[in-house]
Amino acid sequence: MERQLEYVLRTVEERGVRFVRLWFTDVLGFLKSVEITPAELEMALEEGMTFDGSTIEGYSRIQESDMLAKPDANTFELLPGAEGEAVVARMFCDIERFAGGPFEGDPRYVLKRNLERAREKGYTFFCGPEVEFFFFKGNKTVEPLDNAGYFELTAHDLGSELRKQLVLRLEAMGIPVEYSFHENGPSQHEIDLRYTDALTMADNVQTFRIITKEVAHDNGVHATFMPKPMAGAFGSGMHTHLSLFEGDVNAFHDPGDEYGLSKTAKHFIAGILVHADEIVAITNQWVNSYKRLVPGYEAPVYKCWARNNRSALVRVPLPKRGKMEATRIEFRAPDPACNPYLAFSVMLAAGLKGIEEGYDLPPEATDNIYELTDAERTAEGITALPGSLRDALDAMERSELVKEALGEHVFEYFLDNKRKEWSDYKTYVTPFEIERYLGTL
Amino acid sequence: MNEILLVFPDPPPPLLAQTLDLSGYRWKSVANAAVAMQHEPPDGWTGAIVCADDDPEGAFSMCRTLRKGDSRVESVLLLVSGAQMHDLEHREDLFDDFCLSPFHPKELEARLRHLMFRAGRTGTPELASYGDLVLNFETYQAVIGGKPLDLTYMEYELLKFFVTHPGKVFTREQLLSRVWGYEYYGGARTVDVHVRRLRAKLGEEHANLIQTVRSVGYRFGQTRWPA
Repeated sequence: MERQLEYVLRTVEERGVRFVRLWFTDVLGFLKSVEITPAELEMALEEGMTFDGSTIEGYSRIQESDMLAKPDANTFELLPGAEGEAVVARMFCDIERFAGGPFEGDPRYVLKRNLERAREKGYTFFCGPEVEFFFFKGNKTVEPLDNAGYFELTAHDLGSELRKQLVLRLEAMGIPVEYSFHENGPSQHEIDLRYTDALTMADNVQTFRIITKEVAHDNGVHATFMPKPMAGAFGSGMHTHLSLFEGDVNAFHDPGDEYGLSKTAKHFIAGILVHADEIVAITNQWVNSYKRLVPGYEAPVYKCWARNNRSALVRVPLPKRGKMEATRIEFRAPDPACNPYLAFSVMLAAGLKGIEEGYDLPPEATDNIYELTDAERTAEGITALPGSLRDALDAMERSELVKEALGEHVFEYFLDNKRKEWSDYKTYVTPFEIERYLGTL
Repeated sequence: MNEILLVFPDPPPPLLAQTLDLSGYRWKSVANAAVAMQHEPPDGWTGAIVCADDDPEGAFSMCRTLRKGDSRVESVLLLVSGAQMHDLEHREDLFDDFCLSPFHPKELEARLRHLMFRAGRTGTPELASYGDLVLNFETYQAVIGGKPLDLTYMEYELLKFFVTHPGKVFTREQLLSRVWGYEYYGGARTVDVHVRRLRAKLGEEHANLIQTVRSVGYRFGQTRWPA
């Protein structure tokens, strides 16, 4: 550890870093930042920075509000900036109670705790999200920059230029990009991040979101991870590829299986399917999230799995020949406005539960599930995900699994906060109602 | 100071190259005196290891060159086979210590360390470079083509390991235990993640410095001896 601290202090000195941003995340997934100067850095690294936790969503109550943000020296990274600007670095922090010990409301700690459980069983957990988002002309109205479609190569359009800038900045920060392309919706883009261990990836998603917003802002436009900004168009998802490794070996792979899937993988998928209702409140945490999870826009609605059926909740992508270490499953429910630390935590918990209990995997869904009638789906045992935030919260509230994965503090706060959001929404009179009813009723 | 050992002949015996790499020495193999002159570092050679097994004539001629002129090398370790022992007679001035070949890596390391100590050097450098890439171990900074690289601590440590062990193939497990050295959330796949990140930061032009060796692991730079 000492060498890591020395590395950070020395680099700050050598590279003329002027400010160090200490980042952490509130329970809803918003990134918080405290900026310090190099003079304060050594103390911050050794003792942590004191801050008032009662000002952070989902942190402490007033009477116990002092907390410590302890920078994780492993995450020290220079932020890409323009030539001549002050050099700025960032570190992610772990939050500790002032009296000592980790703070259980810190989402990063929640994820670490779940990863530790996986590690006790000999597994390391990897995530590779495909993040979708929109560029709009401003943040008040929904006005796309273009009207191109999937994979479309658009000439000289601002969207492609922004995506290029974004990929370069991400790569410079050590967040490698697998693919980036124009998505289905007008002005919608997708960037697939190269898989990493779940903790690094959750940090990466946070970094990714802020960099995307900055690139957009620098170019006078607005980037949004809102799950469904436009009715009648595709929404933004964050399909997440998941795999477990035992040391160097992909625990999801079995060359003898017709699907190339190990028993472990099948139990894991079954765990996700069985507990999907309970975890979607976390992976899809906004009222708006459920406007994406509807038929017709390649978003999953029904709890089933398949290899090449993109309407399934869990897809098993075919690894390229000879690339068995690439065996993974893709959970298609999450959206990019989730809290990645909590979302990865509950996905892992559901999968591990499937392994522990040896859940049986139902047969692969072969038809386009959307084309079946309700009766046919019921006959196949396929049911739908919760249709609204309220239904999702009801399912979550009954879940021992989610309670255990998140810990009591986050579990209680989250339900409370989200119940309020639902109640605000329920009492709001929407433009839909004004348009339809005001003139006619 | 940039510490580099001279090694004769070129290519050196595989075990010699490997021993030097693993103990963190930087070295350059040369085929003859002319090549040695041409590649002499600005501060001179830190020391020399001359292997007399295959070409005793060439080896002793190399030793004589190293003892001559301004660029006299103070620490010369000679490797000889048992059958060549009588060749050492009357050549005591040409070397500072010798080691019987085939040698034991630990013995070679110990003799080398001893020679370096007597000459008041560490033998292991404060800088390492490979092509356009330079690492300063003292300041923890890495520069490629004159441009600083923004690395995280583990990326820096991994790159340092690669640069000080060029040409050798390492498995993920080896890299994990030697670079990380502790239990890490990522497990062995962490290495892949960091290699991919390093490649991204090295930029397209230099990304292939770190090569993937299929179903084995990774190698930095060119191979110096056959696998």
